[in-house]
Amino acid sequence: MSKNKKILLDPIFDNNPIAKQILGICSALAVTSKLETSIVMSLAVIFVVAFSNLSVSLIRHHIPSSIRIIVEMTIIASLVIIADQVIRAFAYDISKQLSVYVGLIITNCIVMGRAEGFALKNPPWASFLDGIGNGLGYSFILLTVGLVRELFGSGKILGITVLRLNTEGGIYNPNGLLLLPPSAFLLIGMIIWAIRRWKPEQVEEE
Amino acid sequence: MSHDSTFKTIMVALGVCLVCSILVSTTAVTLNEKQEQNKKRDEIKNILAAGDLLQDNREDFLQIFQERIQPQIIELASGTPLPESEYDKNFTPENFNIKEIAKSSQYSTPLEADQDIAQIKRKPKYMIVYFVKKEGTVEKIIVPVYGRGLWSTLYGFLALDKNLKTVRALTFYEHGETPGLGGEVDNKSWKAQWDGKKAFNDTGELVLQVLKGKVDPSKPGAESQVDGLTGATITTRGVDQLIKFWLGENGYGPFLAVLEKEGANEQE
Repeated sequence: MSKNKKILLDPIFDNNPIAKQILGICSALAVTSKLETSIVMSLAVIFVVAFSNLSVSLIRHHIPSSIRIIVEMTIIASLVIIADQVIRAFAYDISKQLSVYVGLIITNCIVMGRAEGFALKNPPWASFLDGIGNGLGYSFILLTVGLVRELFGSGKILGITVLRLNTEGGIYNPNGLLLLPPSAFLLIGMIIWAIRRWKPEQVEEE
Repeated sequence: MSHDSTFKTIMVALGVCLVCSILVSTTAVTLNEKQEQNKKRDEIKNILAAGDLLQDNREDFLQIFQERIQPQIIELASGTPLPESEYDKNFTPENFNIKEIAKSSQYSTPLEADQDIAQIKRKPKYMIVYFVKKEGTVEKIIVPVYGRGLWSTLYGFLALDKNLKTVRALTFYEHGETPGLGGEVDNKSWKAQWDGKKAFNDTGELVLQVLKGKVDPSKPGAESQVDGLTGATITTRGVDQLIKFWLGENGYGPFLAVLEKEGANEQE
């Protein structure tokens, strides 16, 4: 596998930011009760990680070490505000549901972690790909959790009824737990277990 | 020159800030108009939904709004309409912003704790109400309502029949209650229950209430009772209280009294 392809695809299964590094869990709990919000959140995170990695990498030789973190934060915060403004303008209903969580991408450890851990040491193109890759890794978990929670919690996929609820004359009795944030913990735990069964080299040594 | 010299540090900081602020402000300014439009459209859709005038996938809802809905600003304490000559820039039906009004000391007064059953802290002096018209006659009256739930303040619209006693609809357009529990205030079948409920009895007493649990239709008073939301005791109580507040003396009581008097005069 070529180096760039590895940078791009590694974070999806082999080094997933949520499943392997256990970063960015907070927002994964909050926005995944529906698939639609998960998709928009994923796109926003991909955009922010990719461009923060790119910008940090572009000026990596000029950042003084004393204000390194502040410079990274400024870049990340600006990108997050831009993403938030765009969602508000073009997907108003979804922005209402996501409320503060788009803004909280600033504190998402994945973004900061990639800027610190990768972009400061690597050239722009590789950093950009690494950002996209990590964003995709985050999205993979978010979309899986969002799909399961929406389907079994409210019987819908993207708002279209798949399992008719018993309260509306159908037969499916929804699982209310899945609509609450803690259920995302359980689901993420199961995904981590599944990935580590499949790729046992990810299991930490005792 | 060293990366860590004071001069370089300041230059990098200034440069980063400059570029970032230009990007952020450009985005904010260019998208502002579209965002404001979105908010306005959302509000109009909600008013139409409360008046049962919103059909799915209809893009001409702005036109329906123009044709069927007549907004009016009223003074809450007296219930009388505010004459157009007293409109100022905060105060046109187009710009009326409930949250701003409720915050400003100029346009609202603090509420005593024992009167503040909806937990909104301040009572606005003015409110906007909407008359739903059909061929020139008033069919329904839509009034904005809000009050505290569990996590958030719920903002919504209550639609009353022209008889001023029967509820036609209650919808919330903004809240942050738990999805699946308190968030079920958005549930269509729950909202459908409100249609036809008697808010006031024959002696004019406010009897509408949201129960904790299910309404027993065989018991007297069921025509004024609405099911509580399962697993959402505090949201349910919040909805109950905010309805009582806004239909009561501190809310739209005086306004409804004025309307009733007008109606009686017209019939004579």
